[in-house]
Amino acid sequence: MALFIAKPDLEELRQHGEETYPFECCGVLLGRVDDVGGKRVHEVVRCSNQRTESPHNRYFIDPRELVGIQRRAHERELDIVGFYHSHPQHPARWSATDLEEAHWPGCSYVITSVMNGVATQTNSFDLVAEGESKSFQNEELHVE
Amino acid sequence: MKVLIPTPLRQYTGRQSTVELEAGSVDEALCELTTRYPELRKQLFTAEGELRKFVNVYVNDEDIRYLERERTLVKPTDTISIIPSVAGGSVAARRGF
Repeated sequence: MALFIAKPDLEELRQHGEETYPFECCGVLLGRVDDVGGKRVHEVVRCSNQRTESPHNRYFIDPRELVGIQRRAHERELDIVGFYHSHPQHPARWSATDLEEAHWPGCSYVITSVMNGVATQTNSFDLVAEGESKSFQNEELHVE
Repeated sequence: MKVLIPTPLRQYTGRQSTVELEAGSVDEALCELTTRYPELRKQLFTAEGELRKFVNVYVNDEDIRYLERERTLVKPTDTISIIPSVAGGSVAARRGF
């Protein structure tokens, strides 16, 4: 699988992580899946991190906000193809917590490392579910 | 009424993003949905028949946990949204790249 994203959209989610530093940012990626399974981002939707406890290393998107985003996406014939969040002072790799709390198989989870307020590496991971088990697979991030 | 299916569950609904059905309550709607698409059942419910903790069900903009849960009544004009939770964080980071 691969995730295709326009440079301004990538910059938008990275900038979000810098703005919320030292707390984690989070948001939704709207787009479409092409015929060969590639996901193409059409819009980055910022969400607020609803974690009041440990927002520097945890995030949570209000499901009510997601309901509205999913409904508006449907009206525009777009789908939720992924999510993004930042890791302040941590690498751009998924954590055990990220995997445990990931419940959207087939979607991309984009993580940006923000070190001292500056976005550094951004990586994308595809959530794959097989039966009761799930895993993150490294995913190509194509910037267009 | 209409049920909005989230992206990861569409593999169980023949790729449909919405399902139209008739129901008087959330329970009836989910029952009809999982009768039509049996593979959905274990995605939404535990073996004990409880909605999985990470599965949120909304009637329009209201979480059924704060209404009458599965007994919540619905009208033909209502929309039920199924939304798995989205959370995580860098805490306990130890694997990946």
